[in-house]
Amino acid sequence: MSNYLLTLAIWVPIFGGLAVLVAGSLGNDSKTRGLALLVAVASFLVTIPLWTKFDIANGGMQFVELVNWIPRFNINYHLGVDGISMLFVVLNAFITIIVVAAGWEVIQNKVAQYNAAFLIMSGLMNGIFTSLDGVLFYVFFEASLIPLYLIIGVWGGPNRVYAAFKFFLYTLFGSLLFLLALMYLFIQSGGSFSILEWHKLPIALGPQIWLFLAFLIAFAVKVPMWPVHTWLPDAHVEAPTGGSIVLAAIALKLGAYGFLRFSLPIAPDASHELSGLVVALSLIAVVYIGFVALVQEDMKKLVAYSSIAHMGFVTLGFFMFSAMGIEGALVQMVSHGFVSGAMFFCIGVMYDRVHSRQIADYGGVVNTMPKFAALFMLFTMANSGLPATSGFVGEFMVILGAVKFNFWVAFAAASSMIVGAAYSLWMYKRVIFGDVANHHVAELSDINMREFAILAVLAVATLWMGVYPQPFTEVMHASVNDLLHHVAISKIQ
Amino acid sequence: MFDNFVVPNLLPAAPEIFLATMALAILMIDLLVKDSRRTVTFVLTQLTLIGCAAIQFATSTGEITYTFSNMFVDDLMSDLLKLFLYMTVVIVMFYSRGYVIDRESMNKGEYYVLALFATLGMMVMISANHFLTIYIGLELLSLSLYAMVAMNRDSVLSTEAAMKYFVLGALASGLLLYGMSMIYGATGTLEITGIAERLYGGGVNKSVLVFGLVFLVAGLAFKLGVVPFHMWIPDVYQGAPTSVTLFIGSAPKLAAFAIVMRLLVNGLITLAADWQAMLVILSVLSMAIGNLAAIAQTNLKRMLAYSAISHMGFMLLGIVTGVVGGDARYALNAYSSSMFYVISYVLMSAGTFGMILMMSRAGFEAEELDDYKGLNKRSPWFAGIMLMLMFSMAGVPFFIGFFAKFSVLQAVVAAGPGYMWLAIVAVLFSLIGAFYYLRVVKLMYFDAPADETPLSAPMDMRILISANGLAVALLGIFPQVIMSLCAYALLRSL
Repeated sequence: MSNYLLTLAIWVPIFGGLAVLVAGSLGNDSKTRGLALLVAVASFLVTIPLWTKFDIANGGMQFVELVNWIPRFNINYHLGVDGISMLFVVLNAFITIIVVAAGWEVIQNKVAQYNAAFLIMSGLMNGIFTSLDGVLFYVFFEASLIPLYLIIGVWGGPNRVYAAFKFFLYTLFGSLLFLLALMYLFIQSGGSFSILEWHKLPIALGPQIWLFLAFLIAFAVKVPMWPVHTWLPDAHVEAPTGGSIVLAAIALKLGAYGFLRFSLPIAPDASHELSGLVVALSLIAVVYIGFVALVQEDMKKLVAYSSIAHMGFVTLGFFMFSAMGIEGALVQMVSHGFVSGAMFFCIGVMYDRVHSRQIADYGGVVNTMPKFAALFMLFTMANSGLPATSGFVGEFMVILGAVKFNFWVAFAAASSMIVGAAYSLWMYKRVIFGDVANHHVAELSDINMREFAILAVLAVATLWMGVYPQPFTEVMHASVNDLLHHVAISKIQ
Repeated sequence: MFDNFVVPNLLPAAPEIFLATMALAILMIDLLVKDSRRTVTFVLTQLTLIGCAAIQFATSTGEITYTFSNMFVDDLMSDLLKLFLYMTVVIVMFYSRGYVIDRESMNKGEYYVLALFATLGMMVMISANHFLTIYIGLELLSLSLYAMVAMNRDSVLSTEAAMKYFVLGALASGLLLYGMSMIYGATGTLEITGIAERLYGGGVNKSVLVFGLVFLVAGLAFKLGVVPFHMWIPDVYQGAPTSVTLFIGSAPKLAAFAIVMRLLVNGLITLAADWQAMLVILSVLSMAIGNLAAIAQTNLKRMLAYSAISHMGFMLLGIVTGVVGGDARYALNAYSSSMFYVISYVLMSAGTFGMILMMSRAGFEAEELDDYKGLNKRSPWFAGIMLMLMFSMAGVPFFIGFFAKFSVLQAVVAAGPGYMWLAIVAVLFSLIGAFYYLRVVKLMYFDAPADETPLSAPMDMRILISANGLAVALLGIFPQVIMSLCAYALLRSL
């Protein structure tokens, strides 16, 4: 059984999603929801052994599966996880449960299709995190656009069509050049699409730079990095709550993950050569986008911009070329999954009641929703990187790594934490505190059991990671060290 | 008197002979069939095509066999293409049946017989090893198609389309003939393998040859429908009755690919550098104009016409990267990727036009893009099928269209850094192309339906469309079978 864990992690949600579609055609929405939740829980359960049975001393690939898929081009169904990817598979499956639960009462329109889209997407994203074959990776990478396109377009806000198209075409643009890079590597390696073999492939500096740039475009769009980030706020604002959660918690991680799986190990010399570029872009994201977030009127847009700033920390951490930086970035990715997911859910909770995301339409929510205000407080603090929350650990580690790299880079990154605290807390103050702003707020009812349960689970995860990050970091050490060791060796011959 | 008359080996042409005989027989039988009993003609047509496939299986030797004084060739490439051809025509006939029955002026035996003759023409083209054979096959196909486009006599649009098709088609045939005569003048033979030998031997007047080649390529481009010889495609696709558009938009692409292979690769491979340079331009222009013009369309048939132009342009990329700097190392890889592309395209195109036919009713043509608004409300299943077809056309995985694009692109990348720009151009135009396929999905899923009437299509149609859509998905997950069939067939034929 444990030999097929990754296959199960991918295909249980996908086939489960198809089953939900079939169940939906029978027309009973509540049973459909139940089935969707069941599938999501089952998909999560099959990923648990990945963590519990993970060998932390082993930096290589584990739970490997290898089947010949398309012999004509030597494409294999090659799966495996290491310390870098394993946590994201678990996180993804976990977030899917949250998403299905988050849409429970809110989504009344095409319930089956809604849940099926999320389940299928979850399976596809697990495929991305576990693929060790370039084409398999690409196939999952691009196929995962379809469900999110539909989610934004069908269940989104008033400007959903524009946002859905922008999202799809932007990401497709990045990934098409990436596809050409994969083909180039296929030819250079003498006919192999194995990512692990590409890691060993010697490449001259010129082609490395081109490869690195092709990877950079694909992953920078997905992360998203400044200046190709403009699709994200639109997508977030228009997407339904569940869509925003998945987008922030998982989809953004795909790009960052790509850096570690492709850019650094395949083009290490180019990575060193061009690290200045990536660091600069990351710093702009961290500092400039932080200020952009400060002036947002729309809560979802604010959190979207804060996501871009947080992901700036991630890319910054990667290109410090130190264990501290990369592990910090990975911790930040997982933490951001919990925190941004929770933030978007909190905004969704308010939106469901008032049907507005404008900060100006709120004020004094604490008077009518005290339980909610308390939990929202925790996530706001985590979002601004308060110690003892998960948000602190990652950013702190990245800044420590940055100090070794260059003091001024660290200085800029660290000072941005002040901006982060400013926009998060200022939004919180305007929405939650003060006098009751209008009759909408006065009529608010506090969160129900379902909403409380979702937020409580996320709160536990956030605090656990903040107080005791050991279980998260210990699985990374060996793989990150291997990666750094690999990146330190030049591939130019 | 008959001393030097040798009976040619008829076996390689057995399917053609069977089809010709049956087509004539059906023409006779149909005279005795009442309009209300047209099903008889339909069933006979389908049985004929299935019979052709059976004969093909029984007589195929897998070797390259020439017959009729080397005018006709039977090899694995022709076998494979013909099998897909029969399959496509069978599907097309199934799809068009309901549509034809609903429209009185089309519900004639001639419809089926003309389709069979067109099929015969394509078979002859696929197996041609002689300029005259190619020309005969091409004309048989074209004349049948002209008549089919005009079958809906009451429609002004159809008549106009048929006229346009006829005039431009005749011009194209003229160009092709002129090119052939030039090459005949230079080499002294009309036989394709003979031309290849003469050219290999050397001592042929190059300027006459290249002059002929230009006309030959122009004629081929016409038949493929690539820019700048594409003018007829949008008008004919839009004007023809949808069942005929389905026919024109699918099967003939297989035959057009075959004559490109026969003429340029089998015959004129030594001139590869010359015709590749021409095809590169045609290919880039087709991808550009096809994809850009498709965005502006409001009529689905017209949009698919421009999409067809861009797809043929993409397919040509495989043909132009076969010989790189005189080195034919990657030829097999490149040509087989093009062949795979054509077959995939035919499958997707058949499914998409099939959807249009299914959505159409008596007196109502579902050919405007707006007719697809809110399809997801009316029928989630068929909206899903159309979604798969559209994403497949756009080249998004897990659908066969992705691997079609994938295999052609890798052939381009394999051709070396000098061709990288071509690959980049190709992916950028695919990105633009994705927009209009996405728009169809948007109409079906994001918009509210204009009319709420549920789909009313017969069961056999529903099953077949579903099978077609699922095939696009399943072959996208398991593309190996067709990919390796193409590669193997070409390996044994070139």
